[in-house]
Amino acid sequence: MHFGLSEEQTLLQDNINRYLADTVPLDQVRKFAAGEIDNRAIWNGLSELGVAGLLIDEKHGGVGLGSLDAVVVADCLGGHVTPDAFLGTAMASRALAASDRDDLLGELAAGEIRFGIAFSESVGARGDAGVIIENGRLNGKSILVVDPDADWFIVATPDQQIALVSRTEVTIEPMTTIDKSRRTCSLTYKGSVAKILSDDPDVYRKALDTGRLVLAADTLGAAQYMLDAAVDYAKQREQFNRPIGSFQAVKHLCAEMAADLEPARSLVWYAGHALDHVAIEARESVCHAKAHLAEIGTRIAKTATEVHGGMGFTDLLGLHYWFKRIGFNRQLLGSPELVRAEAANLAINVE
Amino acid sequence: MDLSFGPRYESFRQEVRQFISANRHKAPGSGDKPRSRVRLDWQALLIENGYAARTIPKQYGGFGAEPDILETRIIAEEFSASGTKPGMGGLGISMLTPTLLEVGTEQQKQEIIPPTLRGEMMWCQGYSEPGAGSDLASLQTSAVLDGDEWVINGQKIWTSTAHYADRMYGLFRTEPDTPRHQGISVLLVDMKSPGIEVRPLIDMTGDHNFNEVFFTNVRVPKEQIIGKRGEGWQIANVILKHERGSLSSVNATLTRLSLLQQLMQKQTLAGSRVIDDPVFRDRLMKLKGRALALKFNDMRILSASLNDGQDATLARMVMKLQGTELRHAVEGLAIDVMGEIGLCYEKGEYLEDNGMWQRQYMYYLGLIIGGGTSQIQKNIISERGLGMPKEPKFDRDQFSSQPGR
Repeated sequence: MHFGLSEEQTLLQDNINRYLADTVPLDQVRKFAAGEIDNRAIWNGLSELGVAGLLIDEKHGGVGLGSLDAVVVADCLGGHVTPDAFLGTAMASRALAASDRDDLLGELAAGEIRFGIAFSESVGARGDAGVIIENGRLNGKSILVVDPDADWFIVATPDQQIALVSRTEVTIEPMTTIDKSRRTCSLTYKGSVAKILSDDPDVYRKALDTGRLVLAADTLGAAQYMLDAAVDYAKQREQFNRPIGSFQAVKHLCAEMAADLEPARSLVWYAGHALDHVAIEARESVCHAKAHLAEIGTRIAKTATEVHGGMGFTDLLGLHYWFKRIGFNRQLLGSPELVRAEAANLAINVE
Repeated sequence: MDLSFGPRYESFRQEVRQFISANRHKAPGSGDKPRSRVRLDWQALLIENGYAARTIPKQYGGFGAEPDILETRIIAEEFSASGTKPGMGGLGISMLTPTLLEVGTEQQKQEIIPPTLRGEMMWCQGYSEPGAGSDLASLQTSAVLDGDEWVINGQKIWTSTAHYADRMYGLFRTEPDTPRHQGISVLLVDMKSPGIEVRPLIDMTGDHNFNEVFFTNVRVPKEQIIGKRGEGWQIANVILKHERGSLSSVNATLTRLSLLQQLMQKQTLAGSRVIDDPVFRDRLMKLKGRALALKFNDMRILSASLNDGQDATLARMVMKLQGTELRHAVEGLAIDVMGEIGLCYEKGEYLEDNGMWQRQYMYYLGLIIGGGTSQIQKNIISERGLGMPKEPKFDRDQFSSQPGR
């Protein structure tokens, strides 16, 4: 019996973390946020480490690893607020593998092409956004689409079909969100030529579950960074001639963050395991991981900022990048209320 | 990730299951009192088959198996899953017996362990005092050597089971002029000694779980001491080591959560099932997310105790805090689900589940406070888990004969 990461997974974690610490320090994130650089170099580097091909089988040029390995990677990416392309890549890997466009997997695994994700209109449409697919053509609008630099977009319809559309077929408008470590856009479709990848709701769900798992793990890493930063700060910052971390009012805040985060780590690990190996628990586990990490992540983001006092509120430390990333992960692909409602439907019979 | 226990343990699980189904008709029910024949016989049968006192050496009345974490867990899981009364787990069996095996004299082991395991010698624990709660080392109940006997004066509080225990192991101040952590000894006291008075302490549930114990010139033979004079604080830490996470068993909370779901399916509000109300559904799912996080945390802790090199220090430290808070919240949601009917208590036609939800809601508030309050837990997590600076201690070098406050 072994519950936890394997030696290989720990090694993967060390490799990614070392690369990100060396190559993507905070000033790189700041440059990306200011629009001074794009993230192609970062993504190429990560692709060389196997991140792009992580969930793609070896036959298609990938590494052939599983959901728990994706958790390990996303945990690292969140910890470094990396301007990455992992969410779209992970979801596309699952969607393409279940379709007859698996010929695209090779380029995806090599980091040569990227996929944007337009699932919001299926998960919970807002305002005037909404998509219709008829006779191989898309009409309507998607918002909060991750990755405007993508070559292809995977679009989910309200009836849980997923379609593939090229960037040349759509109008891309950048959207500005709170989280500047990622880029998002809207897509407008006017009879855009699209190919249905699958009309099987299970394929849609597998892609969605993968995306939610990645977001939960990303929050895990970001929240761990914020807790560590708060503890370090409380140890060295002195007021009233003592480190503020010796005051119970401060140390109890840190203890509460750790008490929330440690069990949450186990939950995300299990959801990663279940998604590949425990079919009957997979969806429910992922829903709970997504919602629970959203809740404890938000609490940790607030508390860790407070422990830093006024400094936490400034741009100087850049702590707000993690705060905002956690906020982004909370809403994208389903707010906690929405995801818990799905979990309830899986657990409770409706009369 | 490998969540199976492996074939050897699965066949052990089958053995346990077979034993339970063949013998469960002999098991005591909730109405059978401590020391009743049926409970003593059941305990004897469990020891004989290795389902109680499993790793205690045969010479002291145990089954004599090698310690094995997974076997112990499988036994607990199977008895729990089948709703069968497991082996006795009182303070004497779970805390004192392993402590004596580690630091007791041969005579103490032979005299005390066998009747304790059989359930014939029952124990209570004399630690807390009115003035010594979280700050236990400030305890003042004194034991003064007079010839061949200790003479004890003072008062203990929160002493569960004192009203039917045969004996007490307790912490007493035997060396008043040394620094306070070095002036304490563990003494073993016969509860029938003259000068002991046990008064019930009724708690907010209305039940009699705790007692106050008063000592007036209680005389205890000199050799009724564990370890040496003044070693009591270290011995107390040995005893504490054997306190498992029993205060916050995750499986029990998951069982309560599924009973809560059943309650929500049954309870109606203005003619609609509570389970169909989106607000209550959301609250249930929030608690389920927390419960699953603790369930898998518990698996990580189990895994770390089986596999070298896996660290679960923090995961372990947070369990008492999170487990008791979660359980309290689960019981509390049930009361909200019942709404005004949830006010009913003790008896009456509208009372649900015999008032169990209300009683547990209050009882678990007691467990949040007892066994190291949530605030003490947060000190431990932050100082030992996160390496944060300690609160300045003003009392380390003070002598215990001077009041600590």
